[in-house]
Amino acid sequence: MKDALPAAIEVKGLTRSFPGVLAVDAISFDVHAGEIFGLVGPDGAGKTTTLRMLAGILPPESGSMTLAGVDVVRDPERAKHALSYMPQRFGLYEDLTVEENIRFYADLFGVRRADREPRSLQLLQAAGMSEFRTRLAGRLSGGMKQKLGLVCALIHHPKVILLDEPTTGVDPVSRRDFWRILYELLAEGVAILLSTAYLDEAERCHRVGLLHQGNLLFCDTPANLKAGMPKAVLVIASRDTRNARKLLIGAQGISSMVIHGDDLRLVVDDAHTRMGPLKARLDAVPGSYDSMMQVEPTIEDLFVDAVGARDVAHG
Amino acid sequence: MSGRRVMVVARKELVQILRDPQSLMIVILMPVILVVLFGYGVNIDLKGLPVFVFDRDGTQQSQDLLKHLQASQYFHVQRVVDNYDALTRGLDNGSAKMGIVIPWNFSQRLRAGGPVQVQALVDATDDNTANILTGYVQGVVQAYSAQVQSQWLSAHGAPLQFAPIAVETRTWYNEDLESSAFIIPGVLALVMSVIGAFLTSLTIAREWERGTMEQLISTPVSAGEIMLGKLLPYFVLGMVDTVVCALIAIYWFRVPFRGSFLTLMGSSAMFMVVVLSMGFFISVLAKGQFAASQIALITTFLPAFLLSGFLFAIEQMPLPLQWITHVIPARYYVLVLKKIFLKGTPAALLYADLVPLAIFALVLGILATRSFHKRLT
Repeated sequence: MKDALPAAIEVKGLTRSFPGVLAVDAISFDVHAGEIFGLVGPDGAGKTTTLRMLAGILPPESGSMTLAGVDVVRDPERAKHALSYMPQRFGLYEDLTVEENIRFYADLFGVRRADREPRSLQLLQAAGMSEFRTRLAGRLSGGMKQKLGLVCALIHHPKVILLDEPTTGVDPVSRRDFWRILYELLAEGVAILLSTAYLDEAERCHRVGLLHQGNLLFCDTPANLKAGMPKAVLVIASRDTRNARKLLIGAQGISSMVIHGDDLRLVVDDAHTRMGPLKARLDAVPGSYDSMMQVEPTIEDLFVDAVGARDVAHG
Repeated sequence: MSGRRVMVVARKELVQILRDPQSLMIVILMPVILVVLFGYGVNIDLKGLPVFVFDRDGTQQSQDLLKHLQASQYFHVQRVVDNYDALTRGLDNGSAKMGIVIPWNFSQRLRAGGPVQVQALVDATDDNTANILTGYVQGVVQAYSAQVQSQWLSAHGAPLQFAPIAVETRTWYNEDLESSAFIIPGVLALVMSVIGAFLTSLTIAREWERGTMEQLISTPVSAGEIMLGKLLPYFVLGMVDTVVCALIAIYWFRVPFRGSFLTLMGSSAMFMVVVLSMGFFISVLAKGQFAASQIALITTFLPAFLLSGFLFAIEQMPLPLQWITHVIPARYYVLVLKKIFLKGTPAALLYADLVPLAIFALVLGILATRSFHKRLT
């Protein structure tokens, strides 16, 4: 049914470079109404550049983009009526109150007072900010600021919402509020595109795109991405993960190894055949590990593995 | 262009100005401080300058000359000394601006009908003051000299002499030769430069610096609406300050106001457009508040102060500097102000200054409009 509707966001061959860097390299994806799409990638992957181009504030070099059926490249100003963009850095006025900021953005979009008041009340309540209406935005905590940003972004009922790392540096409670508001929005039929460096957050999206050095490596649902992962993940608990890692360097079948606290996470081609030889290697140094077991792969494993493989291929 | 969105931006901007103590001080206090400072502080009239006198003659005749000096409002005989050193010391330590030495044979030589010289020592650290002093003292001595001459002639049987030619001076426009009347109207140009260019130079730069611009330009508000909305509050505040300054000038400093109020407001509005456009243009280019404010001061306030004819007469500048003043918008506005205040020149006769001002307003206005885009660079 989704496929019958035109995509709310359609990106084809989008490219943009800055002096010396190809920031976004011919990426294509689409986001449907009622869907949350997550752009995941490390700093410098091209997430912000992609969102800025979609927001109509940074012209692309080549490629096409449409938002709610409007060609952003040709007519960015018309596209802006339907979209809402929340930059990575707090973009509201710290010397205005919560209410004044909301009113400013509502007025810019021509939201009538009769619509603004109930909408603003409802959004502030959902954000748990009802009692802060008259507080200056500069006096809010980091999480509150981001939630206010979201309230201002939603005040005019946008069809497309672009959020650049909206939950970076946000406390867990505000983060939960934030996601709850996003899910509630989907009922209004909006399309949400957000970027995040938190891989656990990507699993809350309907679909994710893994962005690395301006290239979209994967683009699928978190479940499909995980299911489509041909490899297995082993977790080795050890008191000296560095040493364990050293012992395993050069072992057959390992495509990546990452130290994660007291664990060493390995991506291997096959868990059953590799576990025995790996254990044997570690047993050569008694006490080098406590346990080894197979776990469900996460997005993070996939990402680390994909980036690692790509870097190897390119290196 | 939507008038509604312009007003939305303008209201937001006004709230921000009113909430920022620094901007508020500049808008409310600065104009008053500038007018009062220049009204009282800058006084280029020379009156009651301290003079030391060393009268070596000590006769009734020498006292007579000194009385003439004292009678002029320009001099004040601070001390009568009895040696040359005391006089030199007075000039050295600045307690005297001039020393007058009357020779021992002053009255004797005058009686004999021979010429006699009076020495005037002038402190020329300030060349302007020294020139004026020299002129004053020569005038007083010449007048006294003519009087002595005619007395001598009549005493020797000649008929009473009259000076054949005399200049009868009438000073127009600034009848009392008050320098405050000459200076204060020009202060309006300074005030507007600060409000218009300095304050507005911060507005766009501030939005970039604080990161609020990125979100603002992702909304349907157009570049022109942002510009007009941001400039409108400063325009209104600048015009209010103009009226306040004019009222202080007229009612407190008693600067004559002979022109029409409408002409004053009209030409002020034109100059306001010039400085607002410059401030906005600078703000767009600089993208940082500090750089923007410095550039604004250097390109608008300094020329308005130094090259507009506000304090220093353009006719007395070196020729290349005189040429430069033609591209200083403040030059035309200061001229217009002086003419409106002191001469009461009607608008129809001000075209030589108003036309260049209008051209500046138009060109800079277009430049400012073209400079600002809703784009990240």
